[in-house]
Amino acid sequence: MSATIVRTRPAPGEPRPYSFPRFERRTLSNGISLVAAPVHRLPIVTVIAVLDAGAVCDSGGREGVASLVAAMLTEGTASMDGEMLALRFERLGASFGAYADWDVGVASMTVTRSHLSDALALFAETLTAPSFPARELERLKAERLAELLQLRTEPRGLADEMTSHFVYAPESRYARPMGGGAAAVDAITAREVGELYAARYRAGGTTIVMAGDVTTDDAVALLEEAFGVWGGSAPTPVAVVDAPSPGSRAVHVISKADAPQSEIRVAHVGIPRVHPDYFRVVVMNAVLGGLFSSRINLNLRERNAYTYGARSEFDWRRAAGPFIVSTAVASDVTAAATREILSEIDRMRSEPISEEELTLATSYLSGVFPIRYETTAAVATALANLVVYGLDDSYFDTYRQNILSVTTADVLEAAQRHLHPERLRIVVVGDPAQIEQPLAALDAGPVSLYDAEGSPLGS
Amino acid sequence: MHIPIDTFRLANGLFVTLSEDHSAPIVAVNLWYHVGSANEREGRTGFAHLFEHMLFQGSEHVGTNEHFETIQRAGGTLNGSTWLERTNYFETVPSNHLEAILWLEADRMGYLLPGMTQQKLDLQRDVVKNERRWSVDNQPYGTWLERLDALCFPPTHPFHHSLIGSMEDLSAASLEDVANFFRTYYTPDNAVLSIAGDFDPAAARAAVERHFGHIPRGPGKPPLPDMTLPPVFGERQREIVPDEVALPRLFLAFRSPVFGSDEYYAASVCGAVLGMRRGSRLYRALVREQQLAQEIGAFTFDLAKGTDLLVIDAVARPGVSGPELEEAVGREVDRLREERVTPDEVERAVALIEADIVNALQSAGERADQLSKFATFFGDPGLVNEQVDRYKAVTAADVDVFAQSRLGEDNRASLLYVPRATQAIDESELAEATA
Repeated sequence: MSATIVRTRPAPGEPRPYSFPRFERRTLSNGISLVAAPVHRLPIVTVIAVLDAGAVCDSGGREGVASLVAAMLTEGTASMDGEMLALRFERLGASFGAYADWDVGVASMTVTRSHLSDALALFAETLTAPSFPARELERLKAERLAELLQLRTEPRGLADEMTSHFVYAPESRYARPMGGGAAAVDAITAREVGELYAARYRAGGTTIVMAGDVTTDDAVALLEEAFGVWGGSAPTPVAVVDAPSPGSRAVHVISKADAPQSEIRVAHVGIPRVHPDYFRVVVMNAVLGGLFSSRINLNLRERNAYTYGARSEFDWRRAAGPFIVSTAVASDVTAAATREILSEIDRMRSEPISEEELTLATSYLSGVFPIRYETTAAVATALANLVVYGLDDSYFDTYRQNILSVTTADVLEAAQRHLHPERLRIVVVGDPAQIEQPLAALDAGPVSLYDAEGSPLGS
Repeated sequence: MHIPIDTFRLANGLFVTLSEDHSAPIVAVNLWYHVGSANEREGRTGFAHLFEHMLFQGSEHVGTNEHFETIQRAGGTLNGSTWLERTNYFETVPSNHLEAILWLEADRMGYLLPGMTQQKLDLQRDVVKNERRWSVDNQPYGTWLERLDALCFPPTHPFHHSLIGSMEDLSAASLEDVANFFRTYYTPDNAVLSIAGDFDPAAARAAVERHFGHIPRGPGKPPLPDMTLPPVFGERQREIVPDEVALPRLFLAFRSPVFGSDEYYAASVCGAVLGMRRGSRLYRALVREQQLAQEIGAFTFDLAKGTDLLVIDAVARPGVSGPELEEAVGREVDRLREERVTPDEVERAVALIEADIVNALQSAGERADQLSKFATFFGDPGLVNEQVDRYKAVTAADVDVFAQSRLGEDNRASLLYVPRATQAIDESELAEATA
């Protein structure tokens, strides 16, 4: 044992090599695509089915159908009611879930290898033979309506929803809640649910990802047995309107009387996931607000103590998802915090970042890569994303090099091209009595006031 | 599921656990200090957590924000958390950075105070006040934890007071409090260090000795008051909170056996029979069949001293009043006691729990945290490998014994949130429901 302090920090050793798990693609006889990543560390397997049936498939006035279709998969099939399905999955120790995000419908489960065959039989039945019982559909609709009711008193979720509403053009699907608003959900019929299912849940458009303790050949054999003759050709892709709302920078205050804190979102329409500037934008965002040690968090939290945390992100979708800065600050510093966010966005565009900031972001993003894929679920989710966005099979092998080759000039260019101060919408859920005047004095755009349902209020 | 475990103890009392796994070039470092909000003195609620924030503000050889930046630059993830009985600090990094991480942890264990300033304390105090606003004051039902602890533990009990702390007590915290807390509790003999993942055992051991070995043992910490409580509340506890919420929500708590005891595993299985996922009794009855609840679940606090709590958490559907929700949940608990649980229900619960345990242990950070937990509470990290067997040993009869002794009317504490606007209606209904 040493008696003295080691005053200088030890240097890192040689890094050990890492590669993302190998994976293979196959096509089943019924047309389902398979992506299999054998990882034999523990006797568990994650299965994810990806269907071309995201919320962007909802038609106008019926937002929420895609989410309900996915949720209804677990509510009954040709041979079992929802309760029996849940019990059968759970006795196998399998956690099964299904949902729709913007782009796709997703069904997933993680199960021990010994129960994989039995669990896959259930998994296949939910996807190929759902019965959509009317009683359960009404229950899920009522639960969604209750969720919307809850949202009115939940400032974080409310700020997120209102941001989408103000950022996108009214005709964009993205302007409305993924799970649908109250009027739309209320109007949804069993027939509409059945129609979306029939049109988009088809073997031809489906990819199943399996990661874990199973060989590719065994995965093929198990899926052939479970999915049998399920058929259908791939559904036609949906055109997505991702246009921004018209007009220029504006401040929208959602009234929450006596709120001790303001939930702030500063946002505009971003870029699609598949874009030549993707890696530059990822690094740029990491410097701006993607890490604890990023500019926005250090400014708002560690320099000014306005907040417990502040971050920025590009929400990646097939079409252009939003770029959003999010934070919650004490009511009396709402305008000051907003000013700091705007000035950090301006600074990204007006001068190059330092070499030190660049390497912090790039070495973080490349170093953390293996830590992101410790579990079968994480590997399967990564592969599912490869499928959703149609990325190249070499994506994971080239990721770190792509990140490390971004330069300070690239970051400046990405900021100038993809951050748009004049288009920002500043959305604040807070107490108008404390924040409206200071926000108006900020001169960041006209300030308008709304209630928790987004209806305009006179100020 | 069995993970390899090696342990040793330094002369200064630091207990170290190691668990090798070379499947990915990453390593997790995890430190548990055996101090939590239970150890706070009167007038200093929230201090253990505020202190946790101070540990990220630099130490003698580490600058402000440098801890975070060093680890993120290495490609690592990190954080800390505070609970009633412990505070933990953890990182997962590419394995070639292990020694630098041990050095960082050792510097703040050995040499924190030279890095402390009034300005840093004032700044983190404001950050924590914002954390309180964010997670408690401006969040529907956000006060549930501090209200439930206050309802379930007597005023003199160390678990009674708020973990996040009151604004007044946070304002009162001084640099002197920081120094005293550090000298008393942040000592090698009050900590467990766990390392899990890709490392060479001999090199890791040498690095631990090199960086932690010279930190002196602590003076010993003041004992906590007697934390023993009777197994049941004795009489019904109830608090109704009219609040800015859209729907009523019930937290129904039962005193239950402390974490790690044989009876704890029966209690945990009982909680899963009642409220784990959609095949559970409460979900089937109240969400699916009767449609009185929007969401429902059950969990344990996993407290190792005094008494644990088993808690049912239920949100009402619109149109269902708080008292109706409370009555419906009570009815299902009564039914479980009358009808007894079946071996089938126990099998479902244990299968889900086992799957969750195995799933979680895929992550190096989780393995390190579990090792620290069992080493801190019981001096035996090897218990992590016995969890699944202990769950599998639970029988329907064991669950019945727990339900009979602990789920009766004499052991229920209701914390019921109701929308403020309907307060008057709810209270009159409650009078009827309980008359």
